[in-house]
Amino acid sequence: MHIDGTPVPVCTVDNRSAPERGHHELRVIFASTPLAVRDALRSTLTGLRSLHLSKDEASTVELVLAEVMNNVVEHSYADNREGMVELHVEHSYAGLLCRVLDDGAPMPDGNPPVTTLPDIDVPLDMQAEGGFGWFLIRSLAEDLDYRRDGARNRLSFRLPVARAPRSC
Amino acid sequence: MQLETTVTDDATLVEVMEDRVDAAVAVQFKDAMREATQGGPARVVLDMGRVLFLDSSGLGAVIGAMKQMAPDRRMELAALTPAVEKVFRMTRMDTIFTIHPTSQAAIGNGAAAAPVVDEHHAH
Repeated sequence: MHIDGTPVPVCTVDNRSAPERGHHELRVIFASTPLAVRDALRSTLTGLRSLHLSKDEASTVELVLAEVMNNVVEHSYADNREGMVELHVEHSYAGLLCRVLDDGAPMPDGNPPVTTLPDIDVPLDMQAEGGFGWFLIRSLAEDLDYRRDGARNRLSFRLPVARAPRSC
Repeated sequence: MQLETTVTDDATLVEVMEDRVDAAVAVQFKDAMREATQGGPARVVLDMGRVLFLDSSGLGAVIGAMKQMAPDRRMELAALTPAVEKVFRMTRMDTIFTIHPTSQAAIGNGAAAAPVVDEHHAH
């Protein structure tokens, strides 16, 4: 993709160790497009391979990250504005500490939506097609926190996977 | 978004030939489904055996495809992989759709007429 005529890599991965903390942090920086989100997810899951997540844990990680990142693409950078998004994933004894940062529009009400599932007691042709994303995020992620940091959105959460000490 | 369609007497079997149904392809999925099923039998079985990942946008697209073909056609699902089944279960959408373990279980051992195989692409 290009921003202001300059080519920008669709996705870059920075895999850094912080041995003094015994932590393993991964950073992925990508453009705010659905295809770049796919690349970022693939890179992230590859980067977490040393944690030997079970299939169920890996699917939780991929799903929550997809929902959060798609939300940034759709809402922070709506109206065809494009920008960069940063994902940080740090492995701690409590699980995966995740942060998603972007320079897009603030979240309305200063808080992530709290959604209950749509009513399914309705005819098939009236079933809702949306309203699932934040439900899935809130069901699977813990310690969800949103703050506005100057001109940046910062959403952090913890995924309760890979909690036993693992070698990296 | 590639779908492979087989029409028999009783049903249209639509096989999703992608490994992800997600935000990147949600719209194309709905368009391809509309094309693949219009004019066909009343029963549509969507085989998702190759789909390893589905997010809320993908779920919305599957629901949207079901709504698009209603009331003339009803859509059933087959061969959900674990990650996909998890999303349907968590959102209770597994109660809205009939879900078969395989498309064979859904359709049985075929039909009297020779199947017609077709490919539908939507970009």
